[in-house]
Amino acid sequence: MITTTDLTKVYRSRGREVTALDGVSLHVEPGEMYGVIGRSGAGKSTLIRCVNLLERPDSGTVTVDGQDLTALPGPRHRAGRSLRQARTGIGMIFQHFNLLSSRTVRGNVELPLEILGLTRRERARKALELLDLVGLADQARAYPAQLSGGQKQRVGIARALAGDPKVLLSDEATSALDPETTRSVLQLLRDLNRQLGLTVLLITHEMDVVKAVCDSAALMEKGRIVEAGVVSELLATPGSRLAHELFPVAGAVPGGDRTVVDITFHGDSAGQPVISHLARTHEVDVSILGAAMETVGGRQVGRMRIELPGHPDTNAAALAYLRERGLTVELPAQTAPATGPAPLDRSPAPTEQGPTDELAPEGTR
Amino acid sequence: MTWSQMEPLLTQGTIDTLYMVGWATFYAVLGGLPLGVLLVLTDKGGPLRNVVANRAIGVIVNVGRSLPFIILLVALIPFTRFVVGTAMGPTAAVVPLAIAAIPFFARLVETAIREVDHGLVEAAHAMGGGTWTVVGKVLLPQALPSLIAGLTTTVIALIGYSAMAGAVGGGGLGTLAYTYGYQRFEDEFMLVTVAVLLVIVTAVQLIGDGVVRLVTRRTRTG
Ligand SMILES: Nc1ncnc2c1ncn2[C@@H]1O[C@H](COP(=O)(O)OP(=O)(O)O)[C@@H](O)[C@H]1O
Ligand SMILES: [Mg+2]
Repeated sequence: MITTTDLTKVYRSRGREVTALDGVSLHVEPGEMYGVIGRSGAGKSTLIRCVNLLERPDSGTVTVDGQDLTALPGPRHRAGRSLRQARTGIGMIFQHFNLLSSRTVRGNVELPLEILGLTRRERARKALELLDLVGLADQARAYPAQLSGGQKQRVGIARALAGDPKVLLSDEATSALDPETTRSVLQLLRDLNRQLGLTVLLITHEMDVVKAVCDSAALMEKGRIVEAGVVSELLATPGSRLAHELFPVAGAVPGGDRTVVDITFHGDSAGQPVISHLARTHEVDVSILGAAMETVGGRQVGRMRIELPGHPDTNAAALAYLRERGLTVELPAQTAPATGPAPLDRSPAPTEQGPTDELAPEGTR
Repeated sequence: MTWSQMEPLLTQGTIDTLYMVGWATFYAVLGGLPLGVLLVLTDKGGPLRNVVANRAIGVIVNVGRSLPFIILLVALIPFTRFVVGTAMGPTAAVVPLAIAAIPFFARLVETAIREVDHGLVEAAHAMGGGTWTVVGKVLLPQALPSLIAGLTTTVIALIGYSAMAGAVGGGGLGTLAYTYGYQRFEDEFMLVTVAVLLVIVTAVQLIGDGVVRLVTRRTRTG
């Protein structure tokens, strides 16, 4: 539904050059929720703004719903008619909502309908229908200033859906909201994604957002996508940084002659008594260093860090047994009290990890 | 001078002042609004970015703004005569007043429009809106309170300018104050004229503030 190939974008200001995008190729399937995660400054906003050409990439192409937007004719700094037409089919929501304070809630939702050239009567009907969809029908006459953050974002969503888009772009849409509201807005996006078959590309710096709603995810760093894939597959990929960040395992990795194993259960294997079976059949003493169950992308996933006595080589049979059971098995590096690959963020080492998921605060602008 | 002698003069003077200021305000909006909008649109980063046009408008506006009104008034006499056929009277005074007010208001329009959150412009573009949608449905409505405040400032400045124009034969309260108050030493008349001007300025300010409050009230919390 969305494909970008080799996007590059360099910002030049006063002799300084910032490479915001450095060859970004992204593919979003129809009907999926795709999360791009990365620290502040990684180039996420630039990327999503290139998708509807609010920002024109220096090179590369953007195709949305089969249409190559970068090939559309038009003046250099303005959107030509065909690009504007294409944009009416791409909804967008923003971190700071970007609602017109001079218009009522209904007036805000009607703005894109005015651009589409609907009559007054059609606009009113459609706007109320959209407000109903986001659960705000009773606030139609209110002004944005009278609404809570979550309500404002719902208005933003209703407005973004005005042109019956197939694609919704979300630039940190929940970053200005508290956790509770974030959950309900994400739930709404998920529902819309399911009900309307809406393809959602969202960017965020919060791992929880990806965890809660995304089917696929990409990790962005310094203008590049360093890892991307379907979330459930990433979780089954040894050494995946996204998997590690999505679902960090607790527990220090002690040194010495031991084997520390991180195992990931998903789907059916989550219900099996694997550990006790392992202990019995291989006669090893299994210590559990840390474990957790979570729902990632709507699926139950368990992660566990266990310790077996002896060098990994001597535990080959036990490891093979775990793999046989369909579990993802990883041996974290045993040198430092760090788990798996280098962490993305500056959060404390994951030894006493709670749900640290903030890659970096975005900062309120 | 008795009140019954002053009254018809004051009435006519007030009408003339309001006439001059009214028309000059009309032209200030007619010319200043598009110029102010163009200053923003043609600036770098704007949708109509154009260095030459932006500089040109900027220079015109700056020259108009920095010229003392009294000099503009005198310098424009030939032009005024060309436009209205005479350089005397309230209609003739409208010409220099309008020409002074246009750049004055244009700068205030520019400032008001620059204050509009760029995110809103971005949102309108994302919905498929073009430049005119952005101007007509986002920039002007969002800047409306500041625009009205700017217009109030412009009208008050024009009242001051109109008194100056009056001193050189423009008519209105300025002419009265000058001919009776200054040249004939009618102190009372001078005081009354000043009082009338004060009332007009205060009324304009109050009305302006009231309208600003009216259009802002709903949009802020409340
Ligand atoms: N309009 C701009 N002009 C100059 N530099 C910019 C501009 N927009 C973004 N950048 C720079 O590009 C980089 C990527 O920014 P951005 O895409 O906003 O990152 P993110 O959304 O991941 O925080 C940053 O270093 C930022 O400073
Ligand atoms: Mg950003």
